[in-house]
Amino acid sequence: MTQPFRIARGGQIDRSREIGFNFDGRTYRGHPGDTLASALLANGVRLVGRSFKYHRPRGILAAGAEEPNALIQLRRGNRTEPNIRATQIELFDGLECESQNRWPSLGFDLGAINSVFSGLFPAGFYYKTFMWPASYWLKYEAAIRRMAGMGRTAVEPDPDHYEHMHAHCDVLVIGSGPAGLMAARAAGRWGARVILCEDGPALGGSLLGERTAIEGKPAIDWVRSVEAELSGLPELRVLTRTTAFGYYDQNLITLVERVADHLPVPGPHQPRQRLWMVRARRVVLATGAIERPIVFADNDRPGIMLASAARTYTNRYGVKPGRRAVLLTNNDGAYATAFDLADAGVNIAGIVDVRPAPTGALPARARAAGMTVHAGHAVAISHGTNALTGVEIIQLNAAGDGFEGASRPLDCDVLAVSGGWNPAVHLFSQSQGKLRYDDRLAAFLPNQAAQPVTCAGAVAGHYSLAACLIDGAAAGASAAKAAGFGDGTPTAVPSVANEPEAPARTLWAIPRPAPGQGKRFVDFQNDVTVEDLALAKREGYRSVEHLKRYTTLGMGTDQGKTSNITGLAILSGIVGEPIPKVGTTTFRPPYTPVSFGAMVGPETGAHIDPVRHSAMHPWHVKAGARFVNAGLWKRPLFYPKPGETDQQAIDREVLNTRAKVGIVDVSTLGKIDIQGPDAVELLNRVYTNAWSKLEIGKSRYGLMLREDGIVFDDGTTTRLGPSHFLMTTTTVNAVRVMAWLEYWLQVQWPELKVYVASVTEQWAAAALAGPNARHVLADAVEGVDVSHAALPFMGYREGRIAGVPVRIFRISFSGELGFEVNAPADHGLAVWEALVKAGEKHGIMPYGMEALGTLRIEKGHVVGSELDGRTTPDDLGFAGMVSKTKDCLGKRSLSRPALMALDRKQLVGLMPLFKTEEIVRGSQLVANQNTRPPVPMEGMVTSNCYSATLGSSIALALVKNGRKRVGETLFAQSPLTGRSVAVKIVHHVMVDPEGARLRD
Amino acid sequence: MLLIDCPWCGPRDQREFNYGGDGTVVRPPDPSAATDEAWHDYIYIRDNPRGSHVELWQHNAGCRRWFKVRRDVVTHEMQGSAPIGRELPPKP
Ligand SMILES: [Zn+2]
Repeated sequence: MTQPFRIARGGQIDRSREIGFNFDGRTYRGHPGDTLASALLANGVRLVGRSFKYHRPRGILAAGAEEPNALIQLRRGNRTEPNIRATQIELFDGLECESQNRWPSLGFDLGAINSVFSGLFPAGFYYKTFMWPASYWLKYEAAIRRMAGMGRTAVEPDPDHYEHMHAHCDVLVIGSGPAGLMAARAAGRWGARVILCEDGPALGGSLLGERTAIEGKPAIDWVRSVEAELSGLPELRVLTRTTAFGYYDQNLITLVERVADHLPVPGPHQPRQRLWMVRARRVVLATGAIERPIVFADNDRPGIMLASAARTYTNRYGVKPGRRAVLLTNNDGAYATAFDLADAGVNIAGIVDVRPAPTGALPARARAAGMTVHAGHAVAISHGTNALTGVEIIQLNAAGDGFEGASRPLDCDVLAVSGGWNPAVHLFSQSQGKLRYDDRLAAFLPNQAAQPVTCAGAVAGHYSLAACLIDGAAAGASAAKAAGFGDGTPTAVPSVANEPEAPARTLWAIPRPAPGQGKRFVDFQNDVTVEDLALAKREGYRSVEHLKRYTTLGMGTDQGKTSNITGLAILSGIVGEPIPKVGTTTFRPPYTPVSFGAMVGPETGAHIDPVRHSAMHPWHVKAGARFVNAGLWKRPLFYPKPGETDQQAIDREVLNTRAKVGIVDVSTLGKIDIQGPDAVELLNRVYTNAWSKLEIGKSRYGLMLREDGIVFDDGTTTRLGPSHFLMTTTTVNAVRVMAWLEYWLQVQWPELKVYVASVTEQWAAAALAGPNARHVLADAVEGVDVSHAALPFMGYREGRIAGVPVRIFRISFSGELGFEVNAPADHGLAVWEALVKAGEKHGIMPYGMEALGTLRIEKGHVVGSELDGRTTPDDLGFAGMVSKTKDCLGKRSLSRPALMALDRKQLVGLMPLFKTEEIVRGSQLVANQNTRPPVPMEGMVTSNCYSATLGSSIALALVKNGRKRVGETLFAQSPLTGRSVAVKIVHHVMVDPEGARLRD
Repeated sequence: MLLIDCPWCGPRDQREFNYGGDGTVVRPPDPSAATDEAWHDYIYIRDNPRGSHVELWQHNAGCRRWFKVRRDVVTHEMQGSAPIGRELPPKP
């Protein structure tokens, strides 16, 4: 017979269809509307996993997000996912999954031997193994990992895609139980923009698992009618299969919507999951409450479950959790489970009520129905191997810490346990709201909100249906009012029967029948027992936070939803202090685990960052350039020809530039347009050198310092008009320099009349360099004389190339005669092509970043790593660029003693003693390579390259007092390669030190 | 993720802004006259008060304005914004 535990009728499943699924290699049948957990129970599968440490057989404890045991390896191949709660997996046809934490199989597990030797796995087991010889840990780790196995991640790329959504709303309602539905309806009726988010696939929350009547009809009918009304409200959005998992500052709530997890594979163009970032004016938390277990000896056998879960499986899924049930309770509410189970045909073997005299209406009803109520009794221990076969019950003493009389057995295959409720205050606590401990409910309740949030219903400690409905309506209406909608009048509340409940008896753990008999699990997922907590206390742990980490209580993927408060209460008993004094746990995001896919969203692969291309990019691609990332930019590294090695290509580009002419794309340099009567004053203040005397049509090299005197950036600035300048920055600092100028102009010097605007994107830039550069430019340009007389070194003119107006700067960083041509970006490609065409007869070749770097190093120009946030102008040989007659940013710092020290590292060049040797990048410089460590460091190599011009490896370096040490020999030691090269210190300008070439 | 109230654009998500550090730092008006100690304090020394704090932020993905924000660094409560040159609301 298939599905032997399926009840003949009832439940919110689609009985017209049967679907197949596979668990641990066996196929079963279920219905649409089932979860994996309900379908497994329908098929009589109760053993679903092994515990983490002792490999004890475990079954399904809960019916929702709090499930600690039934963690499943879901799907196969590149879609496989570990640690998914069977209670939240919606069944689909063909679903394949496996249990976890078992080896070699679930039924026969070698790790279960840990249970026999459990003395070896005490609290703090991991930390204790760390303390043994370190080498042992590696061995343990491998073994522990295989035994523990918490599932496997997929090794192939995820085939699905994920989305991110940003949303704003007036009222965000989290949870769609009675309180959440009323809140959403109340706020929605006032016209507020509402988002209602529900964890499960259907609205209704706890009503789905209960057989309550609202307005004389089944609650589910009322849920449907509210749902219909909500769908007609244009400003209200319902998100099902959506978990609110994080509550951040200023009412930012993160939701994960499982768009396609209930399908075998997502549909075409359908994301698998969607991460929502919702900024809400007001939040209504209607997150309900989580039932808590009562701890007793061997309380973890498959068949032992929460009373609310047993009730939910029966009513919502039409599944009997067993054939013969015992109820263990400390409250009246759980009696409904016994009634519902009995109506479904489950034999009630007894109700074990720890209260000495349960006399309320519900116990009376139970007795009237012929059920035996064992008042003042407790379950001492459970029996069974891989599943529950019975329990021993015994009279509790008045204090609840011992027994009276003898125990007697009760046969059963399911034990429904209710130790009361913990309001699901997780999100409230994440919002920084303060909790208070309520003695009457023995629970932590929301107290003082830190953000615009209201708790409604069970999360606020209002457990009855009537209270939830009233609470929700009021919260929704007042949230709408606070957001500017309506007058706060709640909508009418439907009528419900209200059965009064007698008080509960607070009882967290039942004593063991005898010392050493059975294990009392507090945290099922991490196998933490009452005895572990006691041991940790004996070892000196008192702070809850320390105790949690030491014992791993509440540290699993379930974050202790069924164990934290119980553990805290038991600890309070052990240390003899009241619960609020012992403390509470800190709830942190995420409420339930969130996939990395949802977090990352669409920002994977090529979408991690935007890519910036210069206007000339298509030309570089066609020319076969190899590209390098410079920030977000793609820049040509070099242009290899067929058969060339990388170095040959670089050498060719360098030599051609020095002998004939090269062209390089410098569009990425930052460009800032500066205008206003105080433009010169601004330049004088931010640059070390003086700008007052710069003529119109002239450029000047400038150096910028941070306020601490360290070199920040360098570049040329050109005077285009009386109060109009164009500043250039390095590629990497383009954004930073812009924000820097804005800071000084807006915050410190608002009196300066000057505007700055970034024009990096507006201008494409090409640099010509080499002896033939002027011939190329002259052939390409119209309307301007570019002769030496008309356009001298550091001069500026405007002209036209290919009909496009261009800006021409006679500047050079290669040491060769050079020009930089700026064209409006839209025409950059046409201008570049015109220059290349004009250059053909002059031997032009494009060159890339490698050649550019080599040309700069040969000339001793800093290339980047010299500006490492530690170098002063003097360190880099720029002391002469610091004006003595005016102040500038950072200048005051230069006279601080540390920045004037005599042994500061200074920029020098390095050449190997033997030309064939290569100076390795990142080498440290030492005076004597045979000294025993610690070796005094003389400096370090900052930039290196092979110079085809000089036929030698060369480098720039920062060396202590380096300028005075030219001619000295040092050793460049590379710790990475283990190589040591003898190098000679030389002047940092290694090619054309007189600078004759660029001034011709 | 904070919600920062730009005095020009209104409340916007933190990712549109640059943090600009302590908004109470005063640059010595004449740096050359400042003692080494005063200059050192200006460059390196920052208070780290528990509670209300004055910060500088720039709306870099918006109007690009620098402005002042009063924020409680314990609770992350945003306690007001003001353009440069105007007073922030007093410490609550
Ligand atoms: Zn703004």
